[in-house]
Amino acid sequence: MSIATNSHVLHRRGFLRVSFAAASGLLVSLYLDPRFAGAQEGGGQQPPAKVYPPDAFVNIRPDGKIVIQVNRLEFGQGVQTALPMLLADEMDADWKNVIGHLAPAADVYKDPMFGIQMVGGSGSIAHSFQQYREVGAKTRAMLIAAATDRWNTTADQCRTEASVVHGPGGRSATYAELAADAARKPVPTTVRLKNSSEMKLVGKKVKRLDSRAKCDGTLKFGLDLDLPGMKVAVIAHPPVFGARVKRIGDNEARSVEGVRDVFEIQLVKGSGVAVVADKFWPAKQARDRLKIEWDMTGVEAADSTELWTRYKQLSLTPGTVAVNGDLKAMDQVVARNRIVAEYEFPFLAHAPMEPLNTTIRFDGDRAEVWAGSQFQTVDQMAIAEVLGLKPEQVTFHTEMAGGGFGRRAVADSHVQREAATIAKRFRGTPVKLVWTREDDVQGGYYRPMHFHRVEVGIGPDGFPAAWRHVIVGQSITADTPFAAFVVKNGVDQTMTEGTADSHYNIRNLHVSVHHPKVNVPVLWWRSVGHTHTAFVMETLIDELALRAKMDPIAYRRKLLKPEAKKLLGPLALLETATAAWRNRLPKGHALGISCHESFGTGVACAVDVSIENKRPRIHRATLAVDCGLAVNPLSVESQFQAGVGFGLSQLMAKGAITLKGGRVEQRNFDGFVPPYIIDAPMAVDVHIVPSGEAPTGCGEPPVPVISPAVVNALARLTGKRYRTLPLANI
Amino acid sequence: MATFKLNVNGQTKEVTVDPSTPLLWVLREDLKMTGTKFGCGISACGACTVHVGGIATRSCIVPISHIGDRPIVTIEGIGQDLVGRAVQDSWVETDVVQCGYCQSGQIMAAVALLKHTKQPTDKNIDESMGGNVCRCATYPRIREAIKNAAAELRKGGA
Amino acid sequence: MPAIRARLVVSAVAAVAIAAGAFVHARVVDRNTTTAQGLAAWDQVYSVLISPRCINCHTATDYPQQGDDRHRHVANVVRGGPEGKGVPGLNCASCHQETNADSTGVPGGHNWHLAPLEMRWQDTNDRPLSSAAVCRQITDRSRNHNLDGPGLLKHHEEEALVKWAWNPGRRPDGTMRTLPPMTHEQFVAATRRWVEAGTPCPAGR
Repeated sequence: MSIATNSHVLHRRGFLRVSFAAASGLLVSLYLDPRFAGAQEGGGQQPPAKVYPPDAFVNIRPDGKIVIQVNRLEFGQGVQTALPMLLADEMDADWKNVIGHLAPAADVYKDPMFGIQMVGGSGSIAHSFQQYREVGAKTRAMLIAAATDRWNTTADQCRTEASVVHGPGGRSATYAELAADAARKPVPTTVRLKNSSEMKLVGKKVKRLDSRAKCDGTLKFGLDLDLPGMKVAVIAHPPVFGARVKRIGDNEARSVEGVRDVFEIQLVKGSGVAVVADKFWPAKQARDRLKIEWDMTGVEAADSTELWTRYKQLSLTPGTVAVNGDLKAMDQVVARNRIVAEYEFPFLAHAPMEPLNTTIRFDGDRAEVWAGSQFQTVDQMAIAEVLGLKPEQVTFHTEMAGGGFGRRAVADSHVQREAATIAKRFRGTPVKLVWTREDDVQGGYYRPMHFHRVEVGIGPDGFPAAWRHVIVGQSITADTPFAAFVVKNGVDQTMTEGTADSHYNIRNLHVSVHHPKVNVPVLWWRSVGHTHTAFVMETLIDELALRAKMDPIAYRRKLLKPEAKKLLGPLALLETATAAWRNRLPKGHALGISCHESFGTGVACAVDVSIENKRPRIHRATLAVDCGLAVNPLSVESQFQAGVGFGLSQLMAKGAITLKGGRVEQRNFDGFVPPYIIDAPMAVDVHIVPSGEAPTGCGEPPVPVISPAVVNALARLTGKRYRTLPLANI
Repeated sequence: MATFKLNVNGQTKEVTVDPSTPLLWVLREDLKMTGTKFGCGISACGACTVHVGGIATRSCIVPISHIGDRPIVTIEGIGQDLVGRAVQDSWVETDVVQCGYCQSGQIMAAVALLKHTKQPTDKNIDESMGGNVCRCATYPRIREAIKNAAAELRKGGA
Repeated sequence: MPAIRARLVVSAVAAVAIAAGAFVHARVVDRNTTTAQGLAAWDQVYSVLISPRCINCHTATDYPQQGDDRHRHVANVVRGGPEGKGVPGLNCASCHQETNADSTGVPGGHNWHLAPLEMRWQDTNDRPLSSAAVCRQITDRSRNHNLDGPGLLKHHEEEALVKWAWNPGRRPDGTMRTLPPMTHEQFVAATRRWVEAGTPCPAGR
């Protein structure tokens, strides 16, 4: 079945629609599912009706291999296995012959909810669940139609199994044999989808498709690309965001053998110096030998110490209201029943394992791009703009990526723009732009710094009677097209999520924000607002439970709203799952509990922690999860086992990006230290609440729960509260 | 520029490069062997781990001029080795990888451990694997896969 | 100082040394080197021993240090047993080669490894031990691989890893590593004077 392009019918049914306009006037519409703005209801909303031609998603080869196009980046989350599972199950394809392929940028691969091709918001399965199943079922219907033609019989006389159609009288034909005829059949408008008892793959533990190739060195990531005649480029970025090149001393740089060009390059903000060479090492050597004078006039020099002072001051002043609770309710609570807590969260680098890179070849009237991008549509448009092309003139290949965590989802496409600018100078030659780890650690686009000031008034029943919460932090989406539907009345909801929409029944909850403007580019970081809000909520709730002398699980259960099923279920499951150990910890160990819902998935967490060499040692973590239907329970288990390890980045002693006089103080993994194996839990067991509800995300939900759980355990060991991250030596 | 004769995965390879070039970039760009990865360039993450003269070595910081005739084994060749194959198989069986970018280095470090220590304890694993970063944090499954590989190797009478 | 008096002083020192039992008997080369001069020489030797290029590998913990600020070595590198060469997955030799790698900023020297714990010059809080404590330690033949005064002198003069401290190579950022507070020649000369004085140690803890 060859890939053809069909016209698509878009039904606009009252979904928010925002134009993502490029300077050239081309429009890309972002359709935003209202779920994004608030709590998710599993399976409630229907995606806009759209025709997804099966031949854009499935290619049955003559040798029986079935190539399934995956409409979003695989960067560890397992989507390259899970989405094909959905399709293959409905199609009754032989799983042993299924190959998942990362789809290039094209209209048909846009996320059905967001209307752009992207991965983020833990939405891969949630948004494409229905879509991939339908495509699979339609493909199966077309194969059966081809068979019934051949055998002059009817569909109800046929059944399918493992890439074979079986007909009456013992007849059978493989999908490969039927493929050409099936492609000519009309695509059905409606299909019946399997019920759960019929599923062979979905809901079962299925091993990843990409494992072997990632273990024997054969799988190529974007950085591994090698094309004939390719050049490698690196860029000397300004040491302070937005500074410009004043003077370049490049004699030494140019004398490095293999260097082709050295020139000033305009960046999204400011300018830098690009070095283009035959290979990476000469490019890097040359860059190291550049002598650059920078023009810092008019450039704000952000400084962490100064920012903390400013943020703390702001927290004491009225902010923009996000939740308008009764402020006077606090007056009813005497001082000794109030807790005032101030929290500090530093900038965080995403630091995905594979350094950022993009390869582009510009041929004048078209271009070809290879990038592990979380935002193909957006990046394709940006590259087209730089090259003076239309997006459809830019062929955009999606490469396997070594992690992302949000770093590869950038509204300003700054890395792609840099690469395109260089490629434009080297027409006809593929140019691979490489960001070194130093570029990555120092290059901005961090999870913003946040300051929280919370005042809790405790009622006579031990539960919060009043809650005044001020959050200070840069708006991630300001000055991006996302702001239009994420910023409401001056409040960026990616900062208040997890607090303003808390599932706890907090009386007189008042939340307000300040969004200072700071000269540091900021970005998501896996689980976004929940990275800090969950920490605040779950450590405060824990403190309240302790004061009320209540079991931390019981306290949460009582305080949660009855509708919070996605948390109540996991809490109950957690209780059962930890019954054998949680109240029987050895001396020197303590239990830490937390629970948090994000991106539609509820998670409850219990950790067994002791202190070793002044650091928390996590002997065990137990997680209970409600993610609706677990499409691949093995993948869900992996996401949670590992996701909590990622979350522990926030506790690392050197897990902060700090700025001094405008310059980032950390250079590489020696200064910004990620969790190593000793910092991660030794074992994690994951328990999934059985559910037939529509699937919700698992990419981000593991992250928010772990740091508060660990710190809650430490509080029981030391009697201290830990409200400043990263966690200093204990 | 200088010419170096290298022994890579049992084969002789000749490259003409700047002697200061780290082994990592000779492997990746001159020999087109991209299985060994670039993660940090300062030996802090281990993604570049290969074996040189039988020792787990961080290739991003060893200039090619320091290698000499010591045999080099990379992720592309470790499967020829009994322990290497067992580790790779265990990694696949245990469904360790996520993004996978660090796993070449993880596997090479794990093979070095298992060649030396047949029944690694958690402490052995902490220490030998303690310098390899996995940003996805697949550490619990790495730990399990090492123990599984050790068990398989013991079964095989190794 | 009159010859007889010097001889008396030397004999007294030797007597004390014999009595104490744990001190090195130095074969006196120059009768004119007094205890005071020896102690002054030791001060110089000590200042080198606790400078970063030396003390970073003479830790009391299971990790080495690096840098002038002597922070814990990157990547959780550990001692790995009495040989101090690391662990199978992460040796010293995983990164440190026979010579410095200036293009990548990694120091190197023959047989790069941690000094054994018997030769720790810090406490477990990474604080340098006192001059008296270090002196006692390096003159203790049950801990110093049975080296006498001349043995120590030879060690300071010829051992590759000792000499490395004066040719420590470039950091990753291209700058030269800081040298010890005197030249190698001066260090050897101070060691010689100290040895000639009978390797006296300062009093105290």
